[in-house]
Amino acid sequence: MKDSSDFEFDDLQGLLRFGYGKLTDTSFMLLNIVNADLAKKWLETAPISSALTQDPPPETALQIAFSVEGLRALGLEESVVEGFSDEFIVGMAGDESRSRRLGDVGSNAPQQWKWGGHAAQVPHVLLLLYATKGGIDAWQKTIEGEHFSNAFELLQELPTLYIGDIEPFGFPDSISQPTVDWMQRQSTDTHERDRYSNLLAPGEIVLGYRNEYGQYTARPLIDPRKDKLATVLPGAEEDPPLKDFGRNGTYLVLRQLSQDVPGFWQFLDQVADHIPEKREQLAAAMVGRELDGTPLVPAHIPGISRKEYENDFTYDQDPKGNYCPLGAHVRRSNPRTGDLPTSACGPLDRVIKILGFGQRPDEDLIASSRFHRLLRRGRTYGPALAPKDAIERHAPVAERGIQFICLVGNISRQFEFVQNAWTMNSKFDGVQDEKDPMLGNREPLMSGESTDHFNSPDPAGPMRTTCHLPQFVATLGGGYFFMPGLRALKYISALPANRTGSPS
Amino acid sequence: MTPQSSFMIVAAVRDGQLKDLRALLASMNNLPGHADPTNELVPFGKFDRLHFARFVIIEARTAQEIRAFGVTPRPWQPTLAFLGDIDGDMQTFFLELIERAESGLKKIFSHCEGFSEENQDLLGWMKANNINASATYVNWIGRTVRQIHEEAALHRSLSTYLQKTADDVGRENVRTLRQKLLSYVEMEKYKGRLTLTPPEPTPPEWKMRNLLHMIGIPLILLLLSPLLLVIALIFALRLRMLERSDPELFIRPSREHLAELTVQEDRDVSNQYSVFGDVKPGVVRLLTFKFVLLVTDYFARHIYNHGFLARIKTIHFARWVFMDNNHRVFFASNYDGSHESYMDDFINKVGWGLNLTFTNGVGYPTTRWIIKQGANREHAFKYTQRRHQIPTEVWYKAYPGLTAVDLARNSRIRQGVEIRQSNDAEIREWLSLI
Repeated sequence: MKDSSDFEFDDLQGLLRFGYGKLTDTSFMLLNIVNADLAKKWLETAPISSALTQDPPPETALQIAFSVEGLRALGLEESVVEGFSDEFIVGMAGDESRSRRLGDVGSNAPQQWKWGGHAAQVPHVLLLLYATKGGIDAWQKTIEGEHFSNAFELLQELPTLYIGDIEPFGFPDSISQPTVDWMQRQSTDTHERDRYSNLLAPGEIVLGYRNEYGQYTARPLIDPRKDKLATVLPGAEEDPPLKDFGRNGTYLVLRQLSQDVPGFWQFLDQVADHIPEKREQLAAAMVGRELDGTPLVPAHIPGISRKEYENDFTYDQDPKGNYCPLGAHVRRSNPRTGDLPTSACGPLDRVIKILGFGQRPDEDLIASSRFHRLLRRGRTYGPALAPKDAIERHAPVAERGIQFICLVGNISRQFEFVQNAWTMNSKFDGVQDEKDPMLGNREPLMSGESTDHFNSPDPAGPMRTTCHLPQFVATLGGGYFFMPGLRALKYISALPANRTGSPS
Repeated sequence: MTPQSSFMIVAAVRDGQLKDLRALLASMNNLPGHADPTNELVPFGKFDRLHFARFVIIEARTAQEIRAFGVTPRPWQPTLAFLGDIDGDMQTFFLELIERAESGLKKIFSHCEGFSEENQDLLGWMKANNINASATYVNWIGRTVRQIHEEAALHRSLSTYLQKTADDVGRENVRTLRQKLLSYVEMEKYKGRLTLTPPEPTPPEWKMRNLLHMIGIPLILLLLSPLLLVIALIFALRLRMLERSDPELFIRPSREHLAELTVQEDRDVSNQYSVFGDVKPGVVRLLTFKFVLLVTDYFARHIYNHGFLARIKTIHFARWVFMDNNHRVFFASNYDGSHESYMDDFINKVGWGLNLTFTNGVGYPTTRWIIKQGANREHAFKYTQRRHQIPTEVWYKAYPGLTAVDLARNSRIRQGVEIRQSNDAEIREWLSLI
């Protein structure tokens, strides 16, 4: 059996393997390339962190990703660019139909974004700097070095601020993360594994490897006979004569989501008649976890407290949402379903299930979560505001939110699917015209039916409905980036000067 | 019970008329590809038996693909198709169409060959140009548009009332709650604000035909089974050989094509889908295709007729139609959710069924023993289905905002009004639906 040291971690950017949780100071820089030659020169020596483990752990890290315009500006051939997915090439805000799908309409519409909202505004480069507490300024100076200021124009430094391992509303963040099965030990064949698993084939997150379908996601492959430079690149696993520009790279989705923390808690406080327990209960129902991260589904193993299995559960025992509402944020974001509605016992049972028999009418609406997982790497911004302070009428006003980042191998099947079919879907898992209580916009349906409510199923009978939810989260910016492997970065920095595209 | 039926009127578009026809059809829309229910040409909203309708111009955009099989593409003239899914029979619906939309339809069809706006017997022409599907799927046979609207209104009304009442009466008092709700429904019915029309008697002729079909097909297959078994073996081997030798096409759809399709999508909770392509050459492929569709149609009629097609619960209506003398095939469906989720559901839940059918279509990803692989080759599958998809000029859905799951739930709510639950658990279950 292969050992985990066999994986090419030296060619991966570190963010694919680590969250850099200890490096609490961050600077996310949106850059445009003003001089491609200098930018490549800078890139040649830039200390981009790999995914190798270090002992002692590093005190700083640097990661880089490019938008399609950025790659073009550096002179990447159009034939190579065309190997990327359409979502990446067109961009997050580049197509009204995509915006509609993502729920970026109304007050979320790209026209209102602070950055990235139209083609000319899409940054070329996203630079992610990480440092231990207090170390970010020095780190920034170090990496900027010479060439930087002439090579790049700083469009914006996205705000980030560490407020503990919670998101601004006060809930623990990033508990549910897939575990990348680097050594591909787990079968992706549904016959061998039809239940939910947290292990994920590397191809779902890193390009150039088999994904959960056992397939290779399309990406730019280069013929080294036509492009000598490409010899520095790794070979394509499924087509060895070709070089793989995508291998060990990933798509990075960035969205700046502003969170109205006082708005959220004040609304709940009012609905809960100012009773703290009731307020927190409703908040927990909407999020799908308690404030300390405990999931809402009942413990399935007697004797183990719910706290200990904060990521070790599914919703199989709670099909109607009596414990965790179907529309709760974390349930929508990862429904934790396997490939078959319930585990099949024996081949005959399996066939019956595959043929769709023996199901309740509201069963099996959401299946195969494994094809829609996200590796999240977001950071918060804005000053912390505890729920008990947020309900005060004069709660300090400030921009708060999250720089949502996720890494995926297939933007449309993973990020866009989760956003569209789960988060923003007013019919998710049979819910009645409601969107994600936290993330959702509150746009009505075409028929005029409102979607600004939230239902908690109740074992007693009638659902408990919370009406007139304001919008708590708004999109302020976003973009699709490609985070190359380190050898692909070498290839980029070696691109000949005369191939330079036209930076806008 | 009123059974559903469908029609598909097809006619080639006259040379040089395509642009005008497109513009005319677009004038019926209030959103890209979405009909204004009150449009002047065909005011769909006035037809209370019409579930879904669409006008689509069928073009052979992927006609060249068959060259990979060493076959010269057959000529294909862009063809207008008018599709509808209706309650009751086609004949009386056509009469309704003529009554309410004669001039509009004439205007539209005048762009087609063999139709002149003056002195044309519209009914005769429509009937002559109607083609039957090889297989049709109806989410719930017997559920009428009228029933859907009435039950949706019932749900809306009960849901508002329950929210007001639950806290007054107490959520635990389920029997009292039910009593209140039932009296409320009676009152609303009395005031004329709610109607729950009882189902019409099932037409005896349909019942008879359905029964004959239900027994006849298995009977014929059973009688022929000794022969079929031998043939099946030969077919299986031959198909396996073809699978191994058929060229695999891995062609990415253009972004322009995708944009043309997506601009019509995700405007509401449901979407439409039309695909058109070539049947793979050879009699083995055609016969397999025909047989699989025969079985599909049988299952759709007699087994998957109340809410689910194998594991899929999001398709309202679907049909498979052979065209061009069995050389080409057209598939149309009306489904809930986004295109991406529709396709992922296809791959993950019923990939085997999809493979069985479309493995016989040019451009479909390579299958193994006709049910394995295929759709599971995700990229190849997603590329090919998008490449073969054609935009719909005009699409109408009679109940925007409602999914098939909603419709099934509303029916259960109505059932609870009409049939008393026997115990508290059942009452709770019923209340939880509202």
